[in-house]
Amino acid sequence: MSTSITQQMSRRDFLRTSALASGGLVLGFYLKTSDGAADKVAKPSAVSGGAEFKPNAFIRIATNGIVTLVSKQPEIGQGIKTSLPMVIAEELEVNWRDVVIVQGDLDPAYGSQSAGGSTSTPNNYNDFHRLGATARSMLIEAAALTWKVPASECVAADSAVHHQATKRRLGYGELAGKAATLPVPDAKSVVLKDAKDYKILGTRIGGVDNLAVVTGKPLFGSDVHLPGMLYAVYEKCPAFGGKVVAANLDIVKALPGVRDAFVIDGTDDLKGLMPGVAIVAESTWAAFSARKQLKVTWNEGKVANESCEGFTAKANELAKQPGAAILRKDGNITAALAGAAKTVESAYSYPFISHASIEPQNCTAWFKDGGFEIWAPTQNPAAGQNLVASTLGTAKEKIVLHITRSGGGFGRRLSADYVVEAAAIAKRVAAPVKLTWSREDDLRHDHFRAGGFHFLRGGVDAKGKLIAWHNHFVTFANKVIRDGQPVLQPGSGASLSGDEFPGRWIENFLLEQTPIECGIPMGPWRAPGSNVFAWVFHSFIDELAHAAGRDPLAFRLEILGDKDVIPGTGERGVPYSVSRMKHVLQHVADKAEWGKRKFPRGQGQGIAFHFSHRGYIAQVAEVTVTKDGTLKVDRVVVATDIGAQIVNPSGAENQVQGSVIDAIGALVFQELNIERGRIVQGNFNDYPMIRIADAPPKVEVHFLKTDYPVTGLGEPAFPPLAPAVCNAIFAATGKRVRQLPLSRTDLRWS
Amino acid sequence: MSKYTLHINGEPRNVDAAPETPLLWVLRDSLGLVGAKFGCGAGHCGACTVHVNGVPTRACMTPVSTVGRKQVTTIEGLAANAAHPLQQAWLELDVPQCGYCQAGQIMTAAALLKENPNPSDEEIDGALAGNLCRCATYLRIRAGIHRAAEIAAKKGGKS
Repeated sequence: MSTSITQQMSRRDFLRTSALASGGLVLGFYLKTSDGAADKVAKPSAVSGGAEFKPNAFIRIATNGIVTLVSKQPEIGQGIKTSLPMVIAEELEVNWRDVVIVQGDLDPAYGSQSAGGSTSTPNNYNDFHRLGATARSMLIEAAALTWKVPASECVAADSAVHHQATKRRLGYGELAGKAATLPVPDAKSVVLKDAKDYKILGTRIGGVDNLAVVTGKPLFGSDVHLPGMLYAVYEKCPAFGGKVVAANLDIVKALPGVRDAFVIDGTDDLKGLMPGVAIVAESTWAAFSARKQLKVTWNEGKVANESCEGFTAKANELAKQPGAAILRKDGNITAALAGAAKTVESAYSYPFISHASIEPQNCTAWFKDGGFEIWAPTQNPAAGQNLVASTLGTAKEKIVLHITRSGGGFGRRLSADYVVEAAAIAKRVAAPVKLTWSREDDLRHDHFRAGGFHFLRGGVDAKGKLIAWHNHFVTFANKVIRDGQPVLQPGSGASLSGDEFPGRWIENFLLEQTPIECGIPMGPWRAPGSNVFAWVFHSFIDELAHAAGRDPLAFRLEILGDKDVIPGTGERGVPYSVSRMKHVLQHVADKAEWGKRKFPRGQGQGIAFHFSHRGYIAQVAEVTVTKDGTLKVDRVVVATDIGAQIVNPSGAENQVQGSVIDAIGALVFQELNIERGRIVQGNFNDYPMIRIADAPPKVEVHFLKTDYPVTGLGEPAFPPLAPAVCNAIFAATGKRVRQLPLSRTDLRWS
Repeated sequence: MSKYTLHINGEPRNVDAAPETPLLWVLRDSLGLVGAKFGCGAGHCGACTVHVNGVPTRACMTPVSTVGRKQVTTIEGLAANAAHPLQQAWLELDVPQCGYCQAGQIMTAAALLKENPNPSDEEIDGALAGNLCRCATYLRIRAGIHRAAEIAAKKGGKS
């Protein structure tokens, strides 16, 4: 198994550059905290330079035996700060209890540090094996030289090298000095462990920050505290992109605890530095209080004409016309629909929604010596550095960015608007400044999951086989300037690939896409696109299966067909392993006893699958709908194929169960209204999120172990949930949900 | 600004703050106790939950002027060395994802276990209804409370 991984590994240059680069800097922020981990971090740093063993930017072994591993990826709750270091520790043959994990700053020595698209694991897994194995081979070499025996007689285990013939042992701390003098071998030459010998990978390991979490230690961006720090709020136009005409700055500046208040002109970039008014004060509360007295006159611009009502009317009008672009055309859709034994026509729609990470956006910035030092809860630290550099005209080299833990991400913190806001405010203040968004700022100034409309027609032949599929997708786009020309660019997650299932599988297939221009900022939201496409397509497939009088599972298996892999065909097409999908689909059906159980009216099962973020996932949901229309999700069964190794089963299970419950929340509750170019909702009272009582009693997770490359799990378990639940609702009640959130559909039955 | 002597985690703490300042910001900005979190500022999410005289209370909605001599306990003062059964259970079952809401979850759960040492799922759901977990680790929160109840029972009912 490990051989196949090795063969598929594409070695990247960063291993070599990392080996040459100096060791990772220890974060001052964390040294100021008083927890045990930080004290441990301080110790190896205090060791004199020569004695510490630093084979690359990620590993430091001190003479006292403490192994410090750098987590380069931002931790947003996906568990990467625990799981990626586990990979190094496995190959390094170190005891997990000897390991201290520190969060790396933004540093080119680490390669890409963006945590998005469930890519942290697949993009780093193989390299991290090599990082650990390289260090292990050098420690073995150091022991062999010390003992004057062949390296082949030495074995690494339990944070030490052993010479079994003479029963000698040298701990890694004892070997650090010698190992530090050895040349770093070519990462290609080192031998990786066989998966059957793994001691750490595949074991349940708790999050490395759990102790700090349960004792309330500072960890998050909002916990950053610096001497002399001031506190800021930033008021933007409620209608997106509106500009400041006037503000009562003199009144605000005279309020208690306020140090300054000023207008920031901002830019035209909807996802960059938006215009607004900053208030800088001596405490968060002084800033919040002063903001209540702030009065701003805005020039709202034409976005103030936009509303959900208007969007829906526009979409319905566009649906009657041919699409603006044809994304896929196979066979002859008109003839196929005309000749079909049965046809179904349906329209599906979903609203804009907010990420609502529980930690509101915040960032601490300090402008000094012509540069910035920034502490940001971010998924994409380089984006923050780039945006600050390009907006404020500071060289990237003069922008130091510390990555803090994030109180949730879900894609929101791939954007860097709050980072550049903090920097722009700090540039006007002779002190470090922490910018804190209110919950209302966070909900209303998100980069939203785009709403969308799908106008679908499908047909089955006399044998009940799906032969025709037409989708006119009406989506949302912002006007951007490209090569000097204005173009409409669909929002992130708001454009479809012609290869998206069931494209490529149906003989007569037409996918059209028409954008509605809007001034609403859009961004990636957990499993972008997939989080709604799976719901639309697997709901409509269910409609067609029922129209054909077919079992929904059998109907799907027939669509998938018998080919092993379907190659990508379009610009965004990727190969799709039919075998892997059928494997998880069959597995989940078996575990849920699909088709073998009888449910009374008001109860039922639904099935769906989705491939995204390199993961193959199928789910079965069981629901109860009472006669008064109350939905309860009783049980969800999940089968996943994310490759050859589940790095940390505890974290992986938590990700899947969290994705499933998050997806129930998005399905049932989440919806933003837009009126006059602004978001109506403001807080969790009018933007409800799922709470504990609505979590199903059981979410069973089955990880299928396969020979495929190891991939990520922050997103792919999310998309199949909504269609599985909606298909179960249909089985239970005969009611089809075609509009999100589900609370808009009357589920009462008699 | 007014001067207050608050009783926090068993110790008197002097602070200077405007009377309407929520306890949350006194804890976080003035006293450096950042375990209680800002999530919504309106009492909807529970991330700021602390105990005031043992009662789970939204620190973001509690003006400092109303605290008086009442005993305030934050996550930092729940137990020495993370010894509270809930902290032990949270570590054992790896409950957190992002972790931001967990101090509030634990403080609410600690009050529940004091009243009801062996709660059912329904009782847990009722007591924790005001605590949002955006990562939706709800299954582990339920399991963690059950496990803490077991740990506490083994210790002789102390929780």
